Amino acid sequence: MRPGSLLKLDDYRQIAPRGAVDILMRVGERLRGRRFVHVSASRYGGGGVEVLNRLVPIMNDLGVDTTWEITIGTADFDQVARAVSRALAGTEQVITEAMLARLGETAAENARRLRLDADLVMVHDATPLGLVEQRGSAGRWVWRCHPDISSAQPQIWSALRPIAQRYDAAVFSLARFATPLSIPRFIVYPSIDPLSERNREMTRAEQAAQMDRLQVPRDKPILLQVGPFERQHDPLGVINAYRLVKKHHDVRLVLAGPPPAPGGDVLEDVREAAGQDPDIAVIVLPPDPQTELNALERAAAIAIQKPLKADFTSEVATAMWKGKPVIGTIAGGIPFQMVVNVTGYTVETVEGAAFRIRQLLSNPELIGRMGAAGREHVRRNFLVTRHLSDYLALLAHLTR
Amino acid sequence: MSPTEPFVFLGCLELNELLPHEAHDARELLEQLAHVPVESVFCHTSASLLHRPVLAEAYPNDFALWVGTEVRDIRLAERLAGVDAFHAGSMERVREELIATISDHLQHLGGAPARTQGKRFRFYQTHLIAVPTGHQARTLAELRDALVEVDVSALFYHTIDARYRAGRGRGDFAEWVAAHLGLPEVADRLAHIDPYAGSLERIRDRHLSILSDAMEAA
Repeated sequence: MRPGSLLKLDDYRQIAPRGAVDILMRVGERLRGRRFVHVSASRYGGGGVEVLNRLVPIMNDLGVDTTWEITIGTADFDQVARAVSRALAGTEQVITEAMLARLGETAAENARRLRLDADLVMVHDATPLGLVEQRGSAGRWVWRCHPDISSAQPQIWSALRPIAQRYDAAVFSLARFATPLSIPRFIVYPSIDPLSERNREMTRAEQAAQMDRLQVPRDKPILLQVGPFERQHDPLGVINAYRLVKKHHDVRLVLAGPPPAPGGDVLEDVREAAGQDPDIAVIVLPPDPQTELNALERAAAIAIQKPLKADFTSEVATAMWKGKPVIGTIAGGIPFQMVVNVTGYTVETVEGAAFRIRQLLSNPELIGRMGAAGREHVRRNFLVTRHLSDYLALLAHLTR
Repeated sequence: MSPTEPFVFLGCLELNELLPHEAHDARELLEQLAHVPVESVFCHTSASLLHRPVLAEAYPNDFALWVGTEVRDIRLAERLAGVDAFHAGSMERVREELIATISDHLQHLGGAPARTQGKRFRFYQTHLIAVPTGHQARTLAELRDALVEVDVSALFYHTIDARYRAGRGRGDFAEWVAAHLGLPEVADRLAHIDPYAGSLERIRDRHLSILSDAMEAA
């Protein structure tokens, strides 16, 4: 297998659904020579834009002239951008006229610096939204909004909506994340890359070595929740569900997440709740923990996602890709990645989670059956090849 | 398609556009159904095969599924499931049948229709972009071999979309087998594959089975 950055579409032939790669290559032939520019404020910061690390080289390999431009701003601008992002996500912020002006000025400066002449310009998220104010008459412009802005702070959305409506279309990750606009709105689900470090196949020996390094024994079924140690991800609720299950089944619980943000106090609460129970592992993950998460998800018997509020949460798809049934809440994108009662269960309470975990542990054949169904569901709907198909369809549709 | 031409397989990319129309109960569903573009009716009936998970027991269109699972009006869900989008001839006819079914149900309902317990119904419109798969067939064997390999969207394009796109009620495969290969009985069997098989993969399997049988018999 080639290193990640050198992967070609053909490398997905054995993984994607039958015939999917052939059809994508034919679409590439049809769109050969068209220019597609992505613009974002960062190359990192979540699966939303990080998937471009894989999509951009593949689109170029297909003959679509694709580039990925990054906007820049000063340190004080970054603070403005973060406040705007939080306000769009529904967290009340103080947004002044000066901040909005700064957003517009920075967009204008970036528009002068970047090469944005293309058949299709896709601007990702809110920070570079204002680039469209400088658009010329040629080419089509699309705003790709990754987070849930359905509950955006009214003041900020009133200011940004007229700018968003200067685009030819908007693309949201889920219908429930969208907000009314006067331009066409398309839905493109996020995806996972089956050949990434997080999802690649892993030998048992490598998996065992990773689990040893994380100090997680593999002597009993593992229940796993991957997610930040924040109240809205409800790690304490997961521990309570585990305790209900533990009365009936000898299991181990692993809670794995990144180091808490400054001011976060939930990790200490989680450690206290775990107490001296040797069967609860609270793992603060190192930076870029793709290999560790791959091993943990493969070692798990059941994946849990119990956030009270969530974005798309592609951890559901990554666990399903590894053949694991998922027990999740109905928050964010979780239920949209599952086929309820076929690849896993949706629950609303601690008791519900415990009941479904017990049900699965008491029926090991169900774990296998749901896991296999989940992997096939992800193969058809949530792989990067489907994402590529959606973006090519958008390019073909808007530039026809 | 002229009798001398090979069968050229086309697949399709699917782009889903979210429309501003929504419904929280059967009455709103009825009102919106009258206003949405006909492509939206197609998206939620015949084209649901393209985007829905494989569930043999599920209702065959999005309207019935939503009424059954979110509004929990099983009687209406069953009646909407009975609207045959595959043999109606046109999507406007399907729209008329859906509207007539909901209207009749509401007329006989004692009170106000139940509101959704969960998700509202959001109307979409599907944009299909046809693309050659690179496969062609000149014989029954080549048709079968290509059918094994092509993207599942080619099954949709040639068996479901063909009914509306070109008014070919029997689907492209049946038309070509009859016109080019002169095998009307095989064509008839292909034309009678039930689109309610549950998934496009099952529809593929039925085609392969009929073509293999025909080759053995030849």
